[in-house]
Amino acid sequence: MIRKRSYFKTRSLPYLLILPQILITLTFFYWPAVQGVITSFQVSDPFGFRTKFVWFDNFIALFSDPLYLKSIATTLLFSGSVAIVSIGFGLFLASMANRVLKLTTLTRTLLIWPYAIAPAISGILWLFLLHPSYGVVAIGLENWFGIDWNPLLKSSNAMLMIVMASAWKNISYNFVFFLAGLQAIPRSLIEAAAIDGASPFRRFWTITFPLLSPTFFFVTVMTIIFSFFESFGVIHAVTQGGPGGSTNILVYKVYQDGFIGLNLGSSAAQSVVLMGLIILITVLQFKYVERKVQYMG
Amino acid sequence: MMVEKTPVLDTFTYVSLILGIVVVGFPILYAVIAATLSIEEVSRVPMSMIPGDQLFNNVSEAWNRGDLGTQLFNSFIMASGITIGKIVVSLFGAFSIVYFDYRFRGVVFAAVFCTLMLPVEVRILPTYEMAANLFGPLQSVWNTLGLDGIVSWFVGHDIEVSLDFSLLDSYAGLILPLTASATCTFLFRQFFLTIPEELCEAAKMDGASPMTFFWKVLFPLSKTNIAALVVIEFVYGWNQYLWPLLITTNPKMTTAVIGLHHLLPSPEDPPDWHIAMAGALIVMLPPVLVVLFMQRWFVKGLVEREK
Repeated sequence: MIRKRSYFKTRSLPYLLILPQILITLTFFYWPAVQGVITSFQVSDPFGFRTKFVWFDNFIALFSDPLYLKSIATTLLFSGSVAIVSIGFGLFLASMANRVLKLTTLTRTLLIWPYAIAPAISGILWLFLLHPSYGVVAIGLENWFGIDWNPLLKSSNAMLMIVMASAWKNISYNFVFFLAGLQAIPRSLIEAAAIDGASPFRRFWTITFPLLSPTFFFVTVMTIIFSFFESFGVIHAVTQGGPGGSTNILVYKVYQDGFIGLNLGSSAAQSVVLMGLIILITVLQFKYVERKVQYMG
Repeated sequence: MMVEKTPVLDTFTYVSLILGIVVVGFPILYAVIAATLSIEEVSRVPMSMIPGDQLFNNVSEAWNRGDLGTQLFNSFIMASGITIGKIVVSLFGAFSIVYFDYRFRGVVFAAVFCTLMLPVEVRILPTYEMAANLFGPLQSVWNTLGLDGIVSWFVGHDIEVSLDFSLLDSYAGLILPLTASATCTFLFRQFFLTIPEELCEAAKMDGASPMTFFWKVLFPLSKTNIAALVVIEFVYGWNQYLWPLLITTNPKMTTAVIGLHHLLPSPEDPPDWHIAMAGALIVMLPPVLVVLFMQRWFVKGLVEREK
């Protein structure tokens, strides 16, 4: 850990200062997390009077449950699509905005505000846009392309709707980071390449994009975390996991099985799986970013 | 970054930027127009893209139907509480970690940092139980030790101790569990580490106490960082979904973002999308305004948090 050379020597003050942080962290983070892990190794009778330690039975049951496996597949499809759409658009718009030096701030203002909108509200806006009877997009699809669009009844349509709602909200976040990353790249590098006769596209792929790779990695990780966890609001407000479980992503399933269905053992096991997942993502992120940190502006 | 003349690419750049802005803005624009229409106009297929004159009626209808006054107030208390709480807790925490030398400092910092890996989504039920009874852990220690029996023996008759303190349906419950922040603590720590050693040495030489140094030197220097975090954490607090959903059952205590889905027309109801959109606009307005008006701080805060 990096250290300061000069310190204050007061004895009890530092403990007092850190105390609120410690109390909240222990009470609302570590104690519940430990409880969750313990519960995941137990089964309890329906009234919660008696609990029995069952080793990995909950996990074995979980991974042999076709509904859970389907939920994993749904989550991967959902997160992958959200990542592709929001990172693709974010990067494209940022590289465009970075070319227009004069209007960068104005462009940023006009693109930034979906960030401030709650995922649930983003879901409601898109539900209206894509509504089978009243939504302009649904009507357009029906009239121009003859597609029978109905996200309330059709699985694929519902998935597309929550992907749009989540990706749309995330484009601005990614845009801000890509733009900051692009602006941190030294102009002299680009100019040197231009003098050597490299076309703008070539410059982008051989200079800009490699230099942007730490940002790209960071944005990808953040988008995946967002789509795994924070998209809960979109699902809860719009599809409630339906139709037919087609949008029942992992985080919504934990909530539904545990908080609504009161299936404690299974829900705890699902929480532990998610916990393992986010630990993996975070560790990977820090390992990778640590190594690539020299590119950071 | 224009280093040579590329008219075709420039046109492409402008066209795609304008298209991008239109596509990104369209859902909002569509909602704004819908919120100005009457029910006949909003359910006409396709809906007219010319704004109507019903905005005021729809807004007041959404306000009354969704009890938005109460819920917006709750959202405001929650968002401000989280913002202030997070910033105070992490400022003091970072100050303690950086400017004092004590034994468990490294452990404490690691423990705070690791909360990054424990979002509420991975500990839904146990955190809810914790909030339902803050003394739960004490109670379980009490029960495990069999203290009931000992106390009964001591007092001479049967006695059962039950400790109960619930945060459900309260502002404290909405705010407290969200006030620990690994990212804010980390950001302040990073920032404090860049502050020259001389400042602290000079303060010590002048006989300033640690808290004087904090209020007179560190706090003023941190103002830019604080401003950035205010924007981010206010938006974060306002847009919270899962936690308020778990711990509020009383509609008078719920937040606006959660209450909003009561305005969504179900298939049996008349298609009151104009009311739903008016409600959505009201609820999204405060964080949008904060982000737009404090954009400079906001962008700085976002990008700083990455490092």
